[in-house]
Amino acid sequence: MSLDLQTVRRVASLARLHLDQGEDQRLQAELNDILGWIEQLQAVDTEGVEPLAGAGASAMPMREDVVTDGGQAAAVLANAPDRAGEFFAVPKVVE
Amino acid sequence: MHPTDFTIRGALEALNEGIVTSEALTQAHLDAIQALNPRLNAFITVTAEKALEAARASDKRRSDGLAGKLEGIPLAIKDLFCTAGTRTTAASRILGEFTPPYESTVTSNLLRDGAVFLGKVNLDEFAMGSSNATSAYGEVENPWQRSNDDGVRLVPGGSSGGSAAAVAARLALGATATDTGGSIRQPAAFCGIAGIKPTYGRCSRWGVVAFASSLDTPGPVARTVEDCAILLESMSGHDPKDSTSANLPVPDFAAACARGVKGLRIGVPKEYRLEGMPEEIEALWQQGLDWLRAEGAEIVDISLPHTKYALPTYYIVAPAEASSNLARYDGVRYGARVNGEDLKDLYERTRAAGFGAEVKRRIMIGTYVLSAGYYDAYYLKAQKVRTLIKRDFDEAFKTVDAILTPATPSAAFAAGEKQDDPVAMYLNDVFTVTANLAGIPGMTVPAGYDRHGLPLGLQVLARDFDEETVFAVGTAIELAAGLKALPQVRAFA
Repeated sequence: MSLDLQTVRRVASLARLHLDQGEDQRLQAELNDILGWIEQLQAVDTEGVEPLAGAGASAMPMREDVVTDGGQAAAVLANAPDRAGEFFAVPKVVE
Repeated sequence: MHPTDFTIRGALEALNEGIVTSEALTQAHLDAIQALNPRLNAFITVTAEKALEAARASDKRRSDGLAGKLEGIPLAIKDLFCTAGTRTTAASRILGEFTPPYESTVTSNLLRDGAVFLGKVNLDEFAMGSSNATSAYGEVENPWQRSNDDGVRLVPGGSSGGSAAAVAARLALGATATDTGGSIRQPAAFCGIAGIKPTYGRCSRWGVVAFASSLDTPGPVARTVEDCAILLESMSGHDPKDSTSANLPVPDFAAACARGVKGLRIGVPKEYRLEGMPEEIEALWQQGLDWLRAEGAEIVDISLPHTKYALPTYYIVAPAEASSNLARYDGVRYGARVNGEDLKDLYERTRAAGFGAEVKRRIMIGTYVLSAGYYDAYYLKAQKVRTLIKRDFDEAFKTVDAILTPATPSAAFAAGEKQDDPVAMYLNDVFTVTANLAGIPGMTVPAGYDRHGLPLGLQVLARDFDEETVFAVGTAIELAAGLKALPQVRAFA
């Protein structure tokens, strides 16, 4: 499978990456090189093989459904680029 | 002897006997950093004042009889671990001046045991790279030089290039690092030191900036196998804040170093014999097997048939997880922001300005393989091959106790090499990436030199949660090799 320019631009939009002039073409070439190399996986017979999501323990531990933390608005907001009172601030979204 | 020449074991004994204080030890390392960091660029942030304050508090605890297991030992912290009140960058512009209000579990454990932090060390941006060249804070120089050509700057490997360079050049007694596809083991091998990626789940990932969560594994680098064991013991342990953290007791890793290898069965996987591999690496591998045989181990030929599919599997799984993990960097809650015409434009411009080329490439690959219509062909396929790779190891460990392989397909290469070819760069991890996919522990130990006098390592792999056998085999290789050479660029040289 090889990526066309339109797909590169669509993936960049999904990934929320602004592309500068010409960057789409450069990425197209690089991504196609990488995907071409990855293509060799199609040669592996995986019929009936279960996918492995992670290397850790198979069962996730459960904990009590109780509040363990909170009341730390100042610490949470300390690194915010913009804030309004106890909220993160962003440019106006709804007209 | 300078205080920077101590091993961690030696420094702990000297501190105990009152031969040196943590303050003097810490000051000596800060002096070394001041002298050499302008050249090596191993540290992004040096916390000299905090370090000296911590060292004095440590000396006080020791004199009060309250010494912890790492009391007074100056360490470097990979700048991927969140450190309360100290800027944490992941070597990316996008984190800006991010200063965590909390401490990662691994660094908390080290502080609990009395360690002193000298500062935060350089890495590839978000730990994505094998040469430390993708750091937004500049490249790191390997303290080793080729004997025939001392003008060439060599890479320290990556992603934990700052950790490995700092420890090799004696700017720290040890360092924390992380390994997602080889990021502890490859730089340790390039810089002539030891490094272990423990079993997935042994060290908590809480507070470590996430790259690929099913693969990311914190671990230590240090100048001896035993020092790695001492550090790992302190870093390990169950953490309820990481749901993949293993609820298992932490063994006495340092004691395991002295076990010896008599009676152990050591596997030699034929698939790790690569076409075009330098002869000296092949010879070193043979030498390692001979050393282990001489110590009473039995050498067994094994097969790990899916080895050649490990790297392409990794380059689907890791970017997929990265694209998801790095979605959080949007310029809203922390880090740098670039304003735009609307909110989507703000996200896109913030991320375009904040991420470097390699990170963007991986986000794009990851987004693509997870997108509608391609998920099954790429991501699901890779997860199935991952099962087969794990199964290969499960089969092998029915007949062997450990596996010995080369650490890397070459010694450290020159800065600038392989930069234009992502796939060539990815091949650096060909021997290390399998352990991440399977979750098993792996360690690289310096074992010899190439024809230009550069360090070469061997890798020891073992079963899940059997780091003790890794340390036993690693120590046997270290003792047999008896290496004496030091890097040209080092403290007080």
